[in-house]
Amino acid sequence: MSTKKHILNPNNWVNLHADYLFNYTISRVNNHDLAKDLVQDTFFAGLKAMDNFQGKASERTWLIAILKRKIIDYYRKINSVKGKAEVKMNFYSDGEREGEWIEERVPNSWGNEIEKNIENSELSTALEKCIDSLPEKYAIVFKMKTIQQFETEEICKELDITASNLWVIIHRARTQLRKCMEDNWFNN
Amino acid sequence: MKLTCDEATSICDKSQYKEASFWEIIKLNIHLFLCKKCGLYSKQNSIMTKCYEKHKKNEINNLDCLCDEEKQTMNKELKTKI
Repeated sequence: MSTKKHILNPNNWVNLHADYLFNYTISRVNNHDLAKDLVQDTFFAGLKAMDNFQGKASERTWLIAILKRKIIDYYRKINSVKGKAEVKMNFYSDGEREGEWIEERVPNSWGNEIEKNIENSELSTALEKCIDSLPEKYAIVFKMKTIQQFETEEICKELDITASNLWVIIHRARTQLRKCMEDNWFNN
Repeated sequence: MKLTCDEATSICDKSQYKEASFWEIIKLNIHLFLCKKCGLYSKQNSIMTKCYEKHKKNEINNLDCLCDEEKQTMNKELKTKI
């Protein structure tokens, strides 16, 4: 452990840390402009809080700590606001048929060219569109788990949700994505 | 022991990340044996996982990053406040 006292130099922040902070953010918020704004806000907040810096942590660690709080604030916001996108129900949620497939959401067969469809280079674009049709929180949780491959525990900690919450979100996201890809890709 | 289709497909989704428990898998398999709809879901779910894998590779190759112009703007705005 070095006993060196760290110092802050905001003139170099963008040069030294912008890319790092951006990469950290983009894997957690799923939107370029938003990630950029969060990084910029972090620098502004850092400037304001410079007097509180004790020099124990490195400049980058200190900035990341600020950024983490910004991301948590953002998660809180999307939690409280009802998103425009909705998750469509796939199963009856009450009554005699509770838990059964709703007729128009029952999976259909996908034909014979599935392998070819998967190799198609436009698959990613179609999938991205389907992911964007999910409510934001669902898209974030789904991508963190499936694309970024974060540990379940880490996602729960960062988003302040329980593991069973997470699996409900993953389940709803995946059933919606299956249907979306069936309609727009596999049976198009 | 008996699962609804909603529960069965939940376990099926969880199992795509290898995080379903042993008992969950057993219950799921019994359900899949009896239910054609969920059987098809399960089959397609593995295909979807392959699609996500493809998509992941694609995302890695097209990493989103800040361009120089954006960083310059950022720096300018920061310096007005220093």
